[in-house]
Amino acid sequence: MELNIIKHSTATSPRPPVDEADRRLLAAIQHGLPLTPRPYAEIGAQLGVSEEQVIARLAYLKEAGVIRRFGVVVRHHELGYASNAMVVWDVPEEQVTELGRCIADFDFITLCYRRPRRLPQWRYNLYCMIHGKNREEVLAHLEWMVNHCGLQTLPHEVLFSRRRFKQRGAIYTLPAETDGC
Amino acid sequence: MKAELSDLDRRLLNDFQQDFPLSSTPYADMARSLGVTEEEVLVRLHELKQAGAISRVGAVVRPNTVGVSTLAAIAVPPEKLEAVAAIVSGYAEVNHNYEREHRMNLWFVATAPDAARLHTVLDEITIRSGYEVLSFPLVEDYHIDLGFDLRWN
Repeated sequence: MELNIIKHSTATSPRPPVDEADRRLLAAIQHGLPLTPRPYAEIGAQLGVSEEQVIARLAYLKEAGVIRRFGVVVRHHELGYASNAMVVWDVPEEQVTELGRCIADFDFITLCYRRPRRLPQWRYNLYCMIHGKNREEVLAHLEWMVNHCGLQTLPHEVLFSRRRFKQRGAIYTLPAETDGC
Repeated sequence: MKAELSDLDRRLLNDFQQDFPLSSTPYADMARSLGVTEEEVLVRLHELKQAGAISRVGAVVRPNTVGVSTLAAIAVPPEKLEAVAAIVSGYAEVNHNYEREHRMNLWFVATAPDAARLHTVLDEITIRSGYEVLSFPLVEDYHIDLGFDLRWN
């Protein structure tokens, strides 16, 4: 049966090694590369390493999959993609991986994760985020996806975002620097 | 924001979400491929960042490789929502915090250097807000982040 086919899994592959120097490097660029002609040289100067070392280590972290994407990080909302919904599904355990991969394939999906249920308060175990220019577009994307992946009978809820209280990139500062928070 | 975008802006926003140059002069390399000067690239990136269209030029890190993160949610009575949201947003560890249309109406992502600090943050929010925080850590990730294809029409 198709649902039992096990394909390559990103989450179950071993964690790539990240050492203290990598943590310092990622912390140094967490707010973004400097917008100056030699950004890697500047980061290197901050960390006491060479420009070449910064570039080589970033290339390694990309290759190892620690950095999933390196480039311009856009903010959807400000660019007209004003509507987003988190859609949560209650999926039988043996189907989660297959359906998760089917959902993740659409280009309007920006996240697709399996997460634990919290019974009795929360029965859902598969999450995806759908972006669109407005509510109707998000719902049309959802309908298309439901039909394509055969999700018609699965219990789900659509949680549109209402207000954004805070949004920024994750901060990877070292433990010593967060003690005061 | 959208109405003011030039062709150069659109290419800066859409064409460099992946494979940003890892060379000693990345902005000059971008400028060459766009047929503009390095100065123009730097000025426009800076302005797009100021305008909020770009959060940064940098790395999107795979969850739970550096630090530990979770998605958490709280069911807050509507009249208390702003006050609880302010408590949540006040933590440096919280990077996203949204109101969503549901009884479980406040959703946030918290990232900390280690699990102990992450639990402390969630426990503190429970105590300070008076409402239970449910934590939903990542179990499996199905999405490959290729950026977001922006469509202008």
